[in-house]
Amino acid sequence: MSKLDAKATATRTIATTRIENGKPKFVYVIYIAAPIEKVWQALTDPKMTEQYWFGYRLKSDWKVGSHYVSEKDGVPPFDKGIVLECDPPRRLSYTWHPEHRDVLNEPHSRVTFELVPLENQVQLTIIHDEFETGSKVFERISGGWPRVLSSLKSLLETGHGLAPSWNDADKPWLRQAAGRCA
Amino acid sequence: MDEVFKALADASRRELLDSLRAENGQTLGELCSRLAMTRQAVSKHLAILEAANLVATVWRGREKLHYLNPVPIHEIADRWIGKFERSRLDALGDLKKALEARDE
Repeated sequence: MSKLDAKATATRTIATTRIENGKPKFVYVIYIAAPIEKVWQALTDPKMTEQYWFGYRLKSDWKVGSHYVSEKDGVPPFDKGIVLECDPPRRLSYTWHPEHRDVLNEPHSRVTFELVPLENQVQLTIIHDEFETGSKVFERISGGWPRVLSSLKSLLETGHGLAPSWNDADKPWLRQAAGRCA
Repeated sequence: MDEVFKALADASRRELLDSLRAENGQTLGELCSRLAMTRQAVSKHLAILEAANLVATVWRGREKLHYLNPVPIHEIADRWIGKFERSRLDALGDLKKALEARDE
């Protein structure tokens, strides 16, 4: 996953990510009207993640092989993992492993962020792959990324992240996050 | 946002999104084999969905994989649905689903 193909459609330029092999489970794309450095900072600075990632601070020195943790006061860490790639401000990849009892034994999956500067905005692509077959984590995160990404876009374009949704009564890990952030 | 509504205002394109929802990451060939549309029609509809950012793509070798990208729909929901209305609407949505599921 490194080279990019840029193609202009009638309405916007789309940069298409290339992957080597495998088939990612999720690919999400969002366009954010902000400088690329700002979008990068939002992904890597705990003071920024706290404002859109429903109160969680994502902490790491962002060196390849280093650990990161996603945490907030009073609740257990949501996610811990290892930095796989860090190429500011273009590309960030880390392992993904929610810290919940029933999924602790699952192998880590991988999430990769690619940032491409376009005319007045940044194309941010999120690729989530390397899930184990029958992964519970996969079932759980379905639908989670669009919410985080919308909140990120809202923060960078308007100065405010979005409130978490309250329809997550059946998802204790999200309810925990929501309770702290509102 | 106009692009999103225009893209969604077509039953064939919604059918394509349904197909990706069922099986994410399909190639053009795979999408064609599941739908009663010509390859040209599928290709044309995909271009419109991609321009509206409702479909995200990655290249794997010479294959283009297509993914359902619900992010713009989420943005629309966030624009018009306030945070306090959401739980009530979810409850109504769940009720509708539960009642209609009996007929399936």
